[in-house]
Amino acid sequence: MSAPLSHEPVLRQFPDAEWDEVVGAVIVPLGQARALAEWLLGQGVDYCSNVTGVDYLECEVKEKVTKEDGTVETVTRTEPGRIDVVYHLYSMQNKTGPLVIKQRTGRDNAEVASLTPVWRSCELQEREVFDLFGVKFTGHPDLRRILMWDEFEGHPMRKDYTEPFDYEWEPTPHDEILEKHQRGKVIV
Amino acid sequence: MTTENLNAGFDLDDTTRAELERAGVIVSSVDSLYNWARGGSVWPLTFGLACCAIEMIASATSRFDISRFGSEVFRASPRQADLMIVSGTVTKKMAPQVVRIFNQMPEPKWVIAMGACAISGGPFKQGYNVLKGIDRYIPVDVYLPGCPPRPEAVLQSLNYLQEKIRTQDIKSDPAFTKGRRQYPVPRFTGTDLEPPYNPEVWQPPANPNAKPLEEATA
Repeated sequence: MSAPLSHEPVLRQFPDAEWDEVVGAVIVPLGQARALAEWLLGQGVDYCSNVTGVDYLECEVKEKVTKEDGTVETVTRTEPGRIDVVYHLYSMQNKTGPLVIKQRTGRDNAEVASLTPVWRSCELQEREVFDLFGVKFTGHPDLRRILMWDEFEGHPMRKDYTEPFDYEWEPTPHDEILEKHQRGKVIV
Repeated sequence: MTTENLNAGFDLDDTTRAELERAGVIVSSVDSLYNWARGGSVWPLTFGLACCAIEMIASATSRFDISRFGSEVFRASPRQADLMIVSGTVTKKMAPQVVRIFNQMPEPKWVIAMGACAISGGPFKQGYNVLKGIDRYIPVDVYLPGCPPRPEAVLQSLNYLQEKIRTQDIKSDPAFTKGRRQYPVPRFTGTDLEPPYNPEVWQPPANPNAKPLEEATA
């Protein structure tokens, strides 16, 4: 892959999409993801190499705001938690890529559009995001857990996931295991 | 294989034995002969779980050549295999299948737990999705440490297993007396496997400082 795929035609075609300069990704408005994907496929973007999720907890963000009189004030605001579903796209026929697009959704009832009908290679990776992040993909042909077993509760890659306490004695506990060690030694 | 092993369990002096051998007669016990034959043709199951499997495969290549020890016939069916080499991380999702495959193997059967993960869960021991050792559900004959063990270590573990096979007593060994050993296949629950271990084959290590689960999680 030589030249990177330009995001500018995408933004011209879909004015509601945003370009995030810091991470180098197109933030796709939720309802338009499928249409955008189909348009990209028509432009020769024929290969989705990677789908993943990123979990952001609710956090406080400090921003410096310049007021009208020229004074700078630090404002603290609360950024709501969210989950980003990230797609890395390439064009095999044009030998360009990657283009990164993101679908953004809330942490509760997380739901985005499935792009499996457009790029078949998304299928297993979207299932993985569903399994580990708990994001529902509407339009996915076979949305099941893929790594964990079907009866499993919770989504392990979420930052607020608490694993079951089944610590077992270790001779040299350290870091997180040391915390568990100090909480109590348990016979399973 | 020396004649010394063949004559195990016999008070046969060297002169008599040499005389018999000159006459074309080898005197041995059924145990020794049977175990010698068994140990010389251990058929492992073609079965890999993680990176340890690559080393297990390497031990079958011409460079290391597991067939020097009579164990080159990797069988694709558990019905034809004697030896299960649990090579790699046993995830909780995979554990019931491993037990099921073990149940399908005919007697006599042996198990080598290969690598840190199969022995204890290894680096993933305190995680949420890896079994803390396959010996919780099936009896393990040889523990082969390493991460992953070199093919030489695989061969040595096979040698240890063959030594163990040679000491088996057909009259009392569970492999010959209990029929086909089968162990309960664990079920999935929301967080773990049920039961977490099979008390018949594994007991938690004695830990005088242990607290009940409720107290530790409070």
